[in-house]
Amino acid sequence: MGFLKVSSPHAHGPMSTARVMRLVLLATIPGLFSLTWFFGFGTLVNVLWASITALAFEALALKLRKRPIAFYLNDYSALVTAFLLGIALPPGSPFWLIMIGTGFAILICKQLYGGMGYNPFNPAMAAYVMLLISFPVQMTTWFAPQGSFAGDLLGPIDALRYCFGFGRDTVDAITMATPLDVLKQNNSLLIEDMWQESAQFGQFSGIGWEWANIGFLLGGIYLLYRRVFTWHAPLSMLASLTLLSALFYDGGSSASGGSPLFHLLSGGTMLGAFFIVTDPVTSAVSNRGRLIYGALIGVLIYIIRVWGNYPDAVAFSVLLMNFAAPFIDHYTQPRTYGHKLKDQQGGKS
Amino acid sequence: MRKIWDIHGGIHPAENKHQSLLNPIENAGIPAQLILPLAQHIGAPASPIVNVGDRVLKGQMIAEAKGFVSAPVHAPTSGTIAAIESRVIPHPSGMTASCIVIDTDGKDEWITHQGVKDYTQLSKLELVDRIRQAGIAGMGGAGFPAAVKLSTRDDKPIETLILNGTECEPYITADDILMRERAAEIIAGAEILRHIIKPNKETLIGVEDNKPEGIAALKKAAEGTGIEIVVFPTKYPSGGEKQLIQILTGKEVPAGGLPSDVGIVCQNIGTATAIYRAIQFGEPLISRITTITGEACERPQNYEVLLGTPVQYLLNKSGFNKENCIRLIMGGPMMGYTLQDTAVPIVKTSNCVLAPTVAELPPPPPAQACIRCGMCAEACPVSLLPQQMYWFARAQEHEKLENHQLFDCIECGACSFVCPSNIPLVQYYRASKAEIRQAQQDKIKSERSKERFEARTARLEQEEAEKEAKRAARMEAAKAKAAAAANAAETSKTDIIQAAIERSKAKQAESADPAQAAIARAQAKRDGGAEEESPQEKTERLQKLLAGAEKRLVAAKEKLALAQEQQSDNADAFATAVSKTEEKLASIKQELAAHEATLAPAKTPAPSTDSTDPAQAAIARALAKRAGAGADESTEDKTTRLQNAIATTEKRLVAAQQKLTLAQEQNDANVGAFATGVEKTQAKLDAAKKELADHQATLGANDTAEQVASDDPVQAAIERAKAAREAQANMSEADKIKQNIESLENRIAKSKEKLEAARAAGDDKADILADSLAKLEEKLAAAQQQLS
Ligand code: SF4
Ligand code: SF4
Repeated sequence: MGFLKVSSPHAHGPMSTARVMRLVLLATIPGLFSLTWFFGFGTLVNVLWASITALAFEALALKLRKRPIAFYLNDYSALVTAFLLGIALPPGSPFWLIMIGTGFAILICKQLYGGMGYNPFNPAMAAYVMLLISFPVQMTTWFAPQGSFAGDLLGPIDALRYCFGFGRDTVDAITMATPLDVLKQNNSLLIEDMWQESAQFGQFSGIGWEWANIGFLLGGIYLLYRRVFTWHAPLSMLASLTLLSALFYDGGSSASGGSPLFHLLSGGTMLGAFFIVTDPVTSAVSNRGRLIYGALIGVLIYIIRVWGNYPDAVAFSVLLMNFAAPFIDHYTQPRTYGHKLKDQQGGKS
Repeated sequence: MRKIWDIHGGIHPAENKHQSLLNPIENAGIPAQLILPLAQHIGAPASPIVNVGDRVLKGQMIAEAKGFVSAPVHAPTSGTIAAIESRVIPHPSGMTASCIVIDTDGKDEWITHQGVKDYTQLSKLELVDRIRQAGIAGMGGAGFPAAVKLSTRDDKPIETLILNGTECEPYITADDILMRERAAEIIAGAEILRHIIKPNKETLIGVEDNKPEGIAALKKAAEGTGIEIVVFPTKYPSGGEKQLIQILTGKEVPAGGLPSDVGIVCQNIGTATAIYRAIQFGEPLISRITTITGEACERPQNYEVLLGTPVQYLLNKSGFNKENCIRLIMGGPMMGYTLQDTAVPIVKTSNCVLAPTVAELPPPPPAQACIRCGMCAEACPVSLLPQQMYWFARAQEHEKLENHQLFDCIECGACSFVCPSNIPLVQYYRASKAEIRQAQQDKIKSERSKERFEARTARLEQEEAEKEAKRAARMEAAKAKAAAAANAAETSKTDIIQAAIERSKAKQAESADPAQAAIARAQAKRDGGAEEESPQEKTERLQKLLAGAEKRLVAAKEKLALAQEQQSDNADAFATAVSKTEEKLASIKQELAAHEATLAPAKTPAPSTDSTDPAQAAIARALAKRAGAGADESTEDKTTRLQNAIATTEKRLVAAQQKLTLAQEQNDANVGAFATGVEKTQAKLDAAKKELADHQATLGANDTAEQVASDDPVQAAIERAKAAREAQANMSEADKIKQNIESLENRIAKSKEKLEAARAAGDDKADILADSLAKLEEKLAAAQQQLS
């Protein structure tokens, strides 16, 4: 008769992994736009070059592992990694830096562990940390945002030339410490004075940074709306960061850690909250687990930012918590219907 | 408004219900042939009570329930029995099973049947029995015999009776249309159920809010009855029994428990109407409402279908277009299974046949890697972590799977539905469940074989020891003989006679009295004769049986493994076969062990005494027999043994029942096997109880001396011996000697026979026998001399 023999369920929902990834890519647009608006085309070039190299590395790895290349490239996961890394790197990073980053992310952090879904660490963040440790100079050189200086931003051509290094010295790019750096270095000025003194501060945090963060927040809200992930991890991360910064704000003395709003809209906060912490592969799996996971990341971000050695801390915090995710999972198994939580965990696990 | 609870997770698949609701229920008519599987329910298959060629009438019982968890089958229309044979039945594996095939005659002639005028006058037991006799099994899909669910225990008072009208699966509208058109019957059925169950709080009918017409009709019909129609938001799988209970009452059925544990009984509304018809009109369950739908059908429709109607017949009626259809589903798109053959019949549980087009339900795309997005965990109504279970299933980490409550998974398919990577999660869980069950069975088996090995080793050692003892005894006997010969040479003839008399006297003294000797003789006879051979034969026979069964088990396992490898759905069937074979094997082993146990004590004491003095040996043997064999002699022993057996069987029954309920909750495919297990255990238990009763009856009878003689050979022998003693006391000396001679001659003759037999068999007892024969002859000579 020739009827299919398949087991239930026969119906399937509309969601597919490729669609999830496409939505994530789509959601980066507002943030990317802000970054480009304020820091020039450097970030776009980063993202572009990272995408090309990431796809190439992915294809290479799949070929070496004898997997169907087209099938796996179609899940868009390499592109997501490339986008996140490209956004996280300083605009106009040199091409080799980006390439080392994507190579490390795709080959070592992802494919070596068995490909998508098997990686214990977020590839983009692992690569970011590796680059930060290996090339601290390149990794902390940021362009000055528009409005903080008198000159022009990098145009697309200049950005390309800057990235690939030909005629780099002819491009007149102005760099500046990021607001988080400034805050870190500050030990004599009141927060308010610091705001006055430094050109890179804007309304709430740094010029450009606040908008980039708002952009990523918008993207995150969109993803929440599309039910790509649940609110638990991002919200608890933002909440714990807010709580800690409010606790240690002390009204803005020279020893202050900065206001909650400053922290929420600085550095990689929103990118981290909605695009990194929500990375399903490397986070805790249950909702309760995700609450804990997100909250601890928020705490770590604040600690490292204010008392640690690195100005921004999203990548470090996420990596640290990637380690902890399996433990969190172990202790946050949800209560199954008809079971008592005690019985479920006691003795059995 | 009453409070509605929410269940965790759940999904909202496209409902696709309107297509089949355009027209009222249509009678599907009488197909030329009906195929009625004997197992249309969970539990033991019914057993046919008609023969091929019999004419049957509509409503006539054609197969009777086999055991408690079972349901009879009735003829859905009049006709003749065409065959009782294996046919393809609706089952995920596409397997065949025994069916009764009826060639219909179109007359649709009813058997005389009668309803109950006033059911409130009948006791609960009578009503439940009527429901049982009507063959009603849960019509919502699982097919659990309704009567079983209604046999609630008095120590578990029921608070809430729930009728399930949720019908949360997409496409299916059988319950919806039933509510619209036959609301009064549902309510009438609910009232009967309420009368039977007597819930002390409330009777509820749960319906999802996507059936406004059905709800309106039900509400109208329920006016003034106190039955409450509870409407709640549509969400799959609200219709699962446990989920519905949670939604309506906020209670959770404890894991491994039954709804009655939290004071709830749940029945499907279709079942309620069937119960109504059975009680009110005396009509057994012979038809049901089935939805035929899907875009490959031109006219989706709900039919009133005679059980046994082939699916093809219904598809034809609905304008089925095979071109566009690549899968045919029995049930809904979430939990239904695919059919390979359109000849399969509609059975008591068939609520829907779904014939979708390719575009409607496209073949599943290849699965991608799990991205741990957690959407599956979000969707799971049981709050499991499907993604974790998936990783563990792939890694075959069974322990972790069980710790993650794999066996609480109701296989609703919500997780697979939402999984963006298209991972067939449920398939993994089914496979893992089967593997774990298999592993458990293997473990039990290996433990058994270990026991068996140890028993064997012990037996071999014992045999070795016995041989050793025999050899030593023989040597001693030879020495004694030599000594006797030397003595004989020295003493005079009179001395010899004297000695013989002495010895014979001594022997008599030793054995207390002739009665004892008689016992000994009687026992010796028993030991030496037929009995001696047959235990060995029995052992051999049992061992042979055992070997055969083991071989079969291995073959079955191989088949099972193969099936599992190929992910064949037959795996279930094979698993059942394996477990059955194992059961058989276990019972043979048990028998063997029991047999060996009776054998062993009888053997040990006997040989050591054999050589020294036949009379003593005989006594010893007799005593050993009494002590060891137990069964015949010591009635107390038998009683305790039987009681023990009953106790263990009962324990086993409880365990089996637990397993069964567990399996039922999980809608497990093995439910059938478990049910059979329960049945069998029950049967065994009954048999044991009966034996005990019989035994106790004979025990009572034994108290009267007369009975003893005929009942118990040993007792009889004692009686005879006593009689002999009395007779002997009255005899003269000469008579005594004469009698002695006679009996000696007898014994010699028998001894010779035995000896010959032993020699022929090459038995190492031959020597001993020869020995004792020589002694007997000596005695005879002495006695004869004495006489003369
Ligand atoms: S829904 Fe699928 S991809 Fe997402 S976590 Fe569950 S199994 Fe993995
Ligand atoms: S099939 Fe099992 S694991 Fe999946 S959603 Fe249903 S109950 Fe949960």
